[in-house]
Amino acid sequence: MDNNMGHNEVKPDSVNETDISIQYMKRNVKRDITEKIVETIFLLCALVGVLSVTAIIFFVFYKGIRPFTGEDAYSIKDFLTGTKWAPSENIYGIFYMITASVLSTAGAILVGVPIGVLTAVFISEIAPEGLVKIVKPAIEILAGIPSVLYGAFGLGVVVPLIMKITPEVQGQSLLAVIIVLSIMILPTIVSLSESSIRAVPKKYREASLGLGASKIQTIFQVVLPAAKSGILSATVLGIGRAIGETMAVMMIAGNPTAGMPESIWSMVRPLTTNIAMEMSYASGRQSEMLFATGVVLFIFIMLVNITLIKLTSKAGEK
Amino acid sequence: MKVKSIIAAAVACVLAMGISGCGNENSAEDDDRLKGTIVITGSTSVEDILTDMMDEFEALYPSVSIEYTGSGSSAGIKDTKAGVNNIGASSREIKEEEKDEKLKEEVFAYDGIAAIVNPANEIQDITLQQLADIYSGKITNWSEIGGKDETIFVVSREESSGTRSAFEELTGLPDAGGLTSKAAVAEGNGPVQASVAGNKNAIGYVSFAYIDESVKALKLDGAEPTPEASKTGEYKLSRPFVFVYYEDKATEAGLAFLEFAVSEDGQYCVEDNHGITVD
Repeated sequence: MDNNMGHNEVKPDSVNETDISIQYMKRNVKRDITEKIVETIFLLCALVGVLSVTAIIFFVFYKGIRPFTGEDAYSIKDFLTGTKWAPSENIYGIFYMITASVLSTAGAILVGVPIGVLTAVFISEIAPEGLVKIVKPAIEILAGIPSVLYGAFGLGVVVPLIMKITPEVQGQSLLAVIIVLSIMILPTIVSLSESSIRAVPKKYREASLGLGASKIQTIFQVVLPAAKSGILSATVLGIGRAIGETMAVMMIAGNPTAGMPESIWSMVRPLTTNIAMEMSYASGRQSEMLFATGVVLFIFIMLVNITLIKLTSKAGEK
Repeated sequence: MKVKSIIAAAVACVLAMGISGCGNENSAEDDDRLKGTIVITGSTSVEDILTDMMDEFEALYPSVSIEYTGSGSSAGIKDTKAGVNNIGASSREIKEEEKDEKLKEEVFAYDGIAAIVNPANEIQDITLQQLADIYSGKITNWSEIGGKDETIFVVSREESSGTRSAFEELTGLPDAGGLTSKAAVAEGNGPVQASVAGNKNAIGYVSFAYIDESVKALKLDGAEPTPEASKTGEYKLSRPFVFVYYEDKATEAGLAFLEFAVSEDGQYCVEDNHGITVD
């Protein structure tokens, strides 16, 4: 009986166990397959970005390096140090464009970053809630305005204003570019700075205020230094935005075919503008040279991005 | 199938809406033998005239569809020579190095380029030589040609714009030393017009169609910038609109379109768009 009982008891148990384990196995297989499929979908999605970047890099570099190789090669030195762009005469110099891009970006950062950071401080630390509800959406809308409208605004408002005070004959100038770019990078600077200022722990402020510092002292001596890395990232992103901007700049820069910018009143031709103006028509050597301009621009953007990655990883280590 | 039905729908729409910018009383008969797609690429300056002609032609021959891509005169001619279009459109004369034995040309319209200044400028008249000197930087002050003592703000177009190459060729700018580095480069007729309208010392050049009250078109060597003066050759800053094609690659429908372009109906389309007719 005992034995039988044991048998009887064991049997159904073992049957049950195998049943259950088979069921488990079935479920696992099914689940594994689903998991795999979903994982693959994720992977494919991730690959879209990676493949695009690889394809763009390969395409731009392949086209952009061609004019400097083989027979009838153009001198890289002439390309990088020349100050005249005349495709019809086979002269392709982009040094004055590199200068224009660097100067206009630097100018925009110099004007835009202080304004943006102070706006962020105002929104997050000082302004009463009612005012924040006006200022913040205004800045956010600024981010959504298409750049061609910034260009139209520049041509219709900024350029005529500059014309009133410029010693030159035209209002299209480095200054016009700097002003419009400064406005365009504001949303980036403000929103990133604001979130990094908000991330500064409250106790920092409390400690500072408790030691007798005023509100303004607290902001400049405690809050801003603590939010430094976020503000730096914002600045770097702003540089990326400013150096890559094309449409708005094209309408207000003047885009001369030669000549280094001599002052903020001079007309300039940034790298992006050069590509955008001629690419749709260009062919042969001219088109390759435009890709070469793109390579130079790309290198600038990569430097900006590497800086950004370095900065954010440093901030992470903290 | 899908493409065909879309084309059919498009043609039906054109017919239904009765879009006929230019009259077609003379040749209302429908020729069923003509069918297929005509690919036209090239000059963007011819777009308005060409689009009208295409609508009209497709209305006449419903089984023909015409695809036009504006890519610039040079690109259009190159496409024709490479055999990737049926007809190339150019808004300048075909250069010597672009010609070959079999390449045919058909002038279907003329366009005038006007030298424009700000309405506040007192200058009324200018010569081709003065234009060349201003654009090459030899003349930099309005007083040198009888205006105020102010620096001239020179506005040109981007390299390989059809209007720019026509302007430079007609004024002889390359021989005068090429475009001055002091010139601003604007991308398109519209931006040139806007730049000149916004600066009292500016000079620019645009197609006739872009002249309006915000700018002043100058007389050239005493000739008014009008279609009539361009046709007679009295006004020197004018250029032809040309189709280029190979007879064997243009297809039957393409050849019919080329014939249509210079017909009375085709020329209505030119006139409707402020172009200058051939005859």
